[in-house]
Amino acid sequence: MSTMKKFMTWVDERFPATETWENHLSKYYAPKNFNFWYYFGSLAILILVMQILTGVWLAMSYKPDASLAFASVEYIMRDVNYGWLIRYMHSTGASAFFIVIYLHMFRGLIYGSYRKPRELLWIIGVIIYLAMMATAFFGYLLPWGQMSFWGAQVIVNLFSAVPFVGEELSIWVRGDYVISDATLNRFFAFHFLLPFILAALVFVHIVALHAVGSNNPDGIEIKQGPKGNRWSADAPADGIPFHPYYTVKDIVGVAGFLFLFAAALFFAPEMGGFFLEHPNFEPANPLKTPEHIAPVWYFTPFYAMLRAIPPIAGSQFPGVLVMFGAIAILFVLPWLDRSPVKSIRYKGPLFKIAIAIFVVSFVALGWLGVQGSTPAKTLLAQIFTALYFAFFVLMPWYSKIDKTKPVPERVTE
Amino acid sequence: MSTEGVDKGRRRFLTAATSAVGGVGTLYVLTPFVLSMQPSEKAKAAGAPVEADVSKLEFGQMMTVEWRGKPVWIIRRSEQNLSDLQTVEKHLLDPASDNLAQQPAYAKNINRSIKPEYSILVGICTHLGCSPTYRPDIGAADLGGAEWKGGFFCPCHGSRFDLSGRVYAGVPAPSNLVVPPHMYLSDSRILIGEDGGEA
Repeated sequence: MSTMKKFMTWVDERFPATETWENHLSKYYAPKNFNFWYYFGSLAILILVMQILTGVWLAMSYKPDASLAFASVEYIMRDVNYGWLIRYMHSTGASAFFIVIYLHMFRGLIYGSYRKPRELLWIIGVIIYLAMMATAFFGYLLPWGQMSFWGAQVIVNLFSAVPFVGEELSIWVRGDYVISDATLNRFFAFHFLLPFILAALVFVHIVALHAVGSNNPDGIEIKQGPKGNRWSADAPADGIPFHPYYTVKDIVGVAGFLFLFAAALFFAPEMGGFFLEHPNFEPANPLKTPEHIAPVWYFTPFYAMLRAIPPIAGSQFPGVLVMFGAIAILFVLPWLDRSPVKSIRYKGPLFKIAIAIFVVSFVALGWLGVQGSTPAKTLLAQIFTALYFAFFVLMPWYSKIDKTKPVPERVTE
Repeated sequence: MSTEGVDKGRRRFLTAATSAVGGVGTLYVLTPFVLSMQPSEKAKAAGAPVEADVSKLEFGQMMTVEWRGKPVWIIRRSEQNLSDLQTVEKHLLDPASDNLAQQPAYAKNINRSIKPEYSILVGICTHLGCSPTYRPDIGAADLGGAEWKGGFFCPCHGSRFDLSGRVYAGVPAPSNLVVPPHMYLSDSRILIGEDGGEA
């Protein structure tokens, strides 16, 4: 036995190193027909790692103090060696994270990756999405610019719309009667903590994925198909080992992603005010609201829904409910879809129309969320909010009566 | 280990009882963590009243002072402004200030103030806490044209208020702007945050 082998035997008797490697990489058989849409899971992990690394490095120079925070970010940008690069990686990375996650979720939608037996996998994913949004929200206060301050003011005040306990709740969240140093300090603590919880949730997400096996663009369960491939007699015939086949494929995705990411990072880190909003280059001023307040682009669809709902009986709580409902409804999606097939490839015209309307509504709401409010735009936001919810609420009916195509026995090439 | 003669019911009861007591204990341990996030004694003490000198304020002008970290506006209104308060009433949600939480008793009148001339308001929108913009320009085209008699417009979600801080009907804000407790120390000095117990 070679020294290396001896060493691995010694390790394996004490820690399941080889077993883990095999179960999750070299003998984890993923369907052989993954396409472009399957890049975004691994890209999301890459960005999470990058955000944690750049975030820890930023924390070395950042000061979570209302009187120092804004200046410390400028200090990072101007005086810290490569501070500008690390800061822009972090701010661009936040937007890239949401782009990649939205595409990852869209992949799940079109290929029915939320359907049985992957309901929990989907639900864990929605929890990850919520944790990501919380992390992004806490992080956005830290530069202590005008948009940081007033954005947090608006979102924290959402809590005060909760009947009876709302006011108390929002004071508890802020730790003060207004957004203040106490708020900034605790948001920094939570912004530092949450990514590690996020990493743990990603681990759980992958454990669930590897237990049920990956879905694929055909929405066929390869585990129920014939057995036996080049590597193993009892592995699914349509499966290939994740390593080296998909690790190598994902490297191509990483290279492509990094091209685009570097282009944004070096040539348009503010992305015309979408990644870093212009009013945020002015220090927070509690006495003056910027002319036009809008959250960062990845929150705008939900913000547009919030604005679309008028107060009912003097309370803005219905708007808050609708906004959170838009995310909460994702949790029950696995039980709304009654179609006999999973993938859009075999679904009928009704689903294709529904998902097209859904995508248009989501993008339109995102656009409306950055616009000032006019009666016409409020009406549009109301229409698109209704369409967003219709996609889910009407799904049990349209997915059932839709004219589906027969699903092949084996995955297609 | 022999399990003979084990009373399983009793064992289950003891396990459940221990878990329940442990659970209650865990909840108690949460208390300091939850309550530690409440405003500190220092934050509570920072709510001291502030004084404003309005002697240099002209008609139609607005000044802002900071009280408890919030903007407090003082607006000096002209005779025209005060008579306009009546003409806009039909567009308002709560013209008579019946929502008593929004102002002290001495400001429950059409001017929502002690002296008609001076309007004193917390400059925080009652919708989601943005600070509205002062728009004294009567007849502003973007705010309803000739119907607009001056007031405040919230850029965040489009809520509108008149010069007494009374909210228009059909906008996101559910109530009138808050009138803070205040009192006149002299003709031109106002103390904000303290009213000598009149409220």
